[in-house]
Amino acid sequence: MSTLDEILKEAESAFAAVSTLPALDQVKARFIGKSGLITEQMKGLATLAPEERKAAGARINQVKDQVEALLRDRREAIQADLLSRQLKAEALDVTLPGRGEAMGGLHPVTRTMERIQELFASIGFGVADGPEIETDFYNFTALNIPEDHPARAMHDTFYLEHGGLLRTHTSPVQVHYMQRHQPPIRIIAPGRVYRCDSDVTHTPMFHQVEGLWVDEHANFAELKGLLADFMQRFFEREAMPVRFRPSFFPFTEPSAEMDIGCVICEGKGCRVCSHTGWLEVLGCGMVHPNVFGHVGIDPERYQGFAFGLGVERLAMLRYGVDDLRLFFENDLRFLKQFA
Amino acid sequence: MKFSEAWLRTLADTELDTDALAHLLTMAGLEVEAVEPAAPAFSRVVVAEILSAERHPNADRLQVCRVSVGEGEPLQIVCGAPNARAGLKTACALVGAKLPEFEIQEARVRGVESFGMLCSAKELGLSDAAEGILELPADAPVGQDFRAWRRLDDRLVTLKLTPNRGDCLSVLGIAREVAALSGARLQHVDCSPVATESPDTFPVTVDAPESCPRYCGRVLRGIDAAARTPAWMAERLERSGVRSIHPVVDVTNYVLLELGQPMHGFDLARLEGGIRVRMGRAGERLELLNGETIELAADTLAIADASGPLALAGVMGGAASAVTEATRDIFLESAHFAPAAIAGRARRYGLGTDSSHRFERGVDFDLPRHALERATRLILEICGGRAGPVTEVAGAALRAPTIAYRPERARRLLGLDLGDAEQAAILGRLGMDVGSTGEGLRVTPPSFRFDIVREVDLVEEVARVHGYERIPIVPPRGEARLLPVAETERGQGEVKQLLAARGYQEIVTYSFIAADLDADFRAEGARLPLLNPIASQMDSMRGSLLPGLVQALRHNLNHGQERLRLFEAGRCFVAADIDAQPVRLAGLAHGTAAPEQWGEPAREADFYDVKNDVEALLFPQAASFEAATHPALHPGRSARIALAGHPVGWLGTLHPRLAQKYGFAHPPILFELDWPAVAGREAPRYSGLSRFPAVRRDIAVVVEAGLAVGGMLEALRQHLPATVVDLSLFDVYQGQGVEPGKKSLAFSMLLQDTQKTLTDAEIEAAVGQVVRHLADKFDAVLRA
Ligand SMILES: [Zn+2]
Repeated sequence: MSTLDEILKEAESAFAAVSTLPALDQVKARFIGKSGLITEQMKGLATLAPEERKAAGARINQVKDQVEALLRDRREAIQADLLSRQLKAEALDVTLPGRGEAMGGLHPVTRTMERIQELFASIGFGVADGPEIETDFYNFTALNIPEDHPARAMHDTFYLEHGGLLRTHTSPVQVHYMQRHQPPIRIIAPGRVYRCDSDVTHTPMFHQVEGLWVDEHANFAELKGLLADFMQRFFEREAMPVRFRPSFFPFTEPSAEMDIGCVICEGKGCRVCSHTGWLEVLGCGMVHPNVFGHVGIDPERYQGFAFGLGVERLAMLRYGVDDLRLFFENDLRFLKQFA
Repeated sequence: MKFSEAWLRTLADTELDTDALAHLLTMAGLEVEAVEPAAPAFSRVVVAEILSAERHPNADRLQVCRVSVGEGEPLQIVCGAPNARAGLKTACALVGAKLPEFEIQEARVRGVESFGMLCSAKELGLSDAAEGILELPADAPVGQDFRAWRRLDDRLVTLKLTPNRGDCLSVLGIAREVAALSGARLQHVDCSPVATESPDTFPVTVDAPESCPRYCGRVLRGIDAAARTPAWMAERLERSGVRSIHPVVDVTNYVLLELGQPMHGFDLARLEGGIRVRMGRAGERLELLNGETIELAADTLAIADASGPLALAGVMGGAASAVTEATRDIFLESAHFAPAAIAGRARRYGLGTDSSHRFERGVDFDLPRHALERATRLILEICGGRAGPVTEVAGAALRAPTIAYRPERARRLLGLDLGDAEQAAILGRLGMDVGSTGEGLRVTPPSFRFDIVREVDLVEEVARVHGYERIPIVPPRGEARLLPVAETERGQGEVKQLLAARGYQEIVTYSFIAADLDADFRAEGARLPLLNPIASQMDSMRGSLLPGLVQALRHNLNHGQERLRLFEAGRCFVAADIDAQPVRLAGLAHGTAAPEQWGEPAREADFYDVKNDVEALLFPQAASFEAATHPALHPGRSARIALAGHPVGWLGTLHPRLAQKYGFAHPPILFELDWPAVAGREAPRYSGLSRFPAVRRDIAVVVEAGLAVGGMLEALRQHLPATVVDLSLFDVYQGQGVEPGKKSLAFSMLLQDTQKTLTDAEIEAAVGQVVRHLADKFDAVLRA
């Protein structure tokens, strides 16, 4: 039966000689196909004597199992090899940049206004809006700034040729809102304002956020509390020093300017704070009874406070921008820094 | 308001040092803007007298002086100043002196020893330029320390006053504040009547008593033309930024600074008839002190005489009647002009003066007569002369109001627990007359606090003097109610983030632009010009956001950017009415469709790329796009965008004419949408799911090449059989296989029923219905 051993040997070397699955299948046919060598051997059993047939058959089957095992091993080896080639061939340079659209971004003024809105919304301030071309009544008269008041001259107002003016502050939104709503009132009004002034530290257009809180008991101590809280949250500095100085706005009384400890030098004194350690950040005060009078709210029953903060000023301090004019040049090299 | 600290301390001396004083004022609402030394630091400079001056043996331009410095032997000093001469009193820096720029040492100048230096104002840092050494008055005390003698250890304080505090536009006014705040004693300024030595008067008539409720004047005769302003006065004026001119003018300026009363001196010899305070007459002209000639108007208040206008009341005197070196007799004016009569006038004529600044803010009604006496006394002291009696024309006195004041109201407004007595005491310190009414207080402010007219003004005074810093910091209390949140409205942030995620960068441009730029882009309304633009390229309110985007594109292309996606949200101005200032959102795309990157062929962004952005912005609302013309857009590449039939914006390629005008080789693609359209959306509503299989069928049809596919799709979608749940266009083709002038459109349809699985017959019937609709309405022929 040395033929069987030869077949086994031959199968082993024939399988090893091929490296693809179709070739392996072809070679397989030579051994265990319909006319394969092992099948031939099986056919040869018929020529044997019945008593020899059983042992010879067992022997052939044993070799057949061995050939099949060889075949299976070889198939798996070839498959593993194929997979590993495929994986190798499909390998990417994962360090190449991703494809597609690049991200844009928001303007730093928007970013700052959203932050301000978010902080005030967290204690129930709604957002109000108003026109930018205003009338004299809303921008001045209703805010207790009569004709010829020196405060008007300070506002450097833009006028339109055919009547109307560009609002010099967001305070007229207070008037619009209070004409339509009775207290309790808790709103902020962000938006563009205009002053006829242009130099290194002034642009003819900038942004303010007006705040207004009116009910039966809102008082100056609470105004201080709210704004101190706001500045600490806005700048994320728990121990930020604040101070309030008497000031004058025709539409509030008492009026105050709010200073915060300089965020650049931490109060030690620097160019930004003119070496005072303090930065003036907003004006505020208790709503003047004359303003309530203009909008039909009873100043004996209701009281409240208002404040107005400069968005660019806060953005500059927060992000370290040292030139106001950059906000309106719309240079992408600047804007991209606030993505 | 700028003044000398030393002057202030003569009226209200306090133990506070300069810094503490400045802090006190700032925290009381009189913001100290600057404190600067009157002179830079220097030492060992004394008043000296040149005893002799001889030419230097070795140098033509130098002199060798013998200089007395008080004690000890005279010093030998070499000096190069041409005005060094025997008998001159000047400032001498002794050996060892430290000057702002250098130190003085013994020196040998061209072979001659020199023990000190005679100083110019520049060398002492007293001025920026100087010709020669200082020339001091003959009575300057030789040997005395120069700094001490000139009181140079003084500081100049600049206050940034709010417009309500006109009462602090004087050193006395500030001194009153210091006294009230610090407890310092207020010194008296002598305003008592001077003895009249002449009976002369000059007639005064007031035709405009509302504008000039009080006018005081007097004649002073025989003043000494040779008189000079004393050094102390000139110095105080100078430290307030006022130049010394003539003793009479200096005195009126001095009294203005000291008491806050603007005054004016006329040359009596040049007045005719009498003083008349009246309104201007059309056509009247007046040459002012500054040389300008102005034309009066019917609402300009003037001081006139028989010959015509003499002065612009409360603003500036006239040239013709001005006091000069030759003046012997003067008429001195001290009047009260109503703020309304002065406000705006100075600005109209482009004149802002110390006088108009004060009258606009208000001046103490009771002050004119006191100030007149004060000024008379000073003029008599300095210039001699004889004063006549005061002429006064006054209407009804302006009396300070008596205000009912409720301390409880102050506590409620301030959130500050401050007792009635403490509040009354504060008001008393401010010079208020305070009485009790049983229910509260009755307060009458002093005449100089004309800004105080109502209760809340007093509340502010109490808060201010008590100190804002002493009002507690308390978290506000309010009803804890949720804010309404409309699900059908998106916030600006959400929309802007969506655009940012699609590659757009937000910009913020000025709302005013150049007129021609506005004209190029304005689709509705007329130009809205500014009356007083800051520059001609910013003289019109924008009618669209597009020009701002185009300008920003230009700017960034100039800075080397190539591919840009920009957007802006903001108001546009169709008209000045409150309802005609719509908020819009606009965007611009320029450059390749995708950022330049590996593995993607570069392709210019086109209309349809941007259209996709617009559709994404409006999603899930389905917008329709209709060919329409816009002044700034390519007529064949622009669309009116509509939602449910209402126009909400534009999409298109910049018109080639404008692309050329603004210098773009590739015209950008632009869109502009009304904000409510972008922000609005419907709250979702669930409509059920089918459990039966969906079937896809594709068809291709040939139509006229010019047919608008958008409208066709819209019409098709409205007439779909119930079983066709979706229809979309997946190919548009022109070229081989399609007849010229035609195009092929390929649609895919998704068919599904909610109740059963569709049969082939049902599917064919539905597809057939669509094909027939296409054929009937659009002459579409099914492609084989
Ligand atoms: Zn600082």
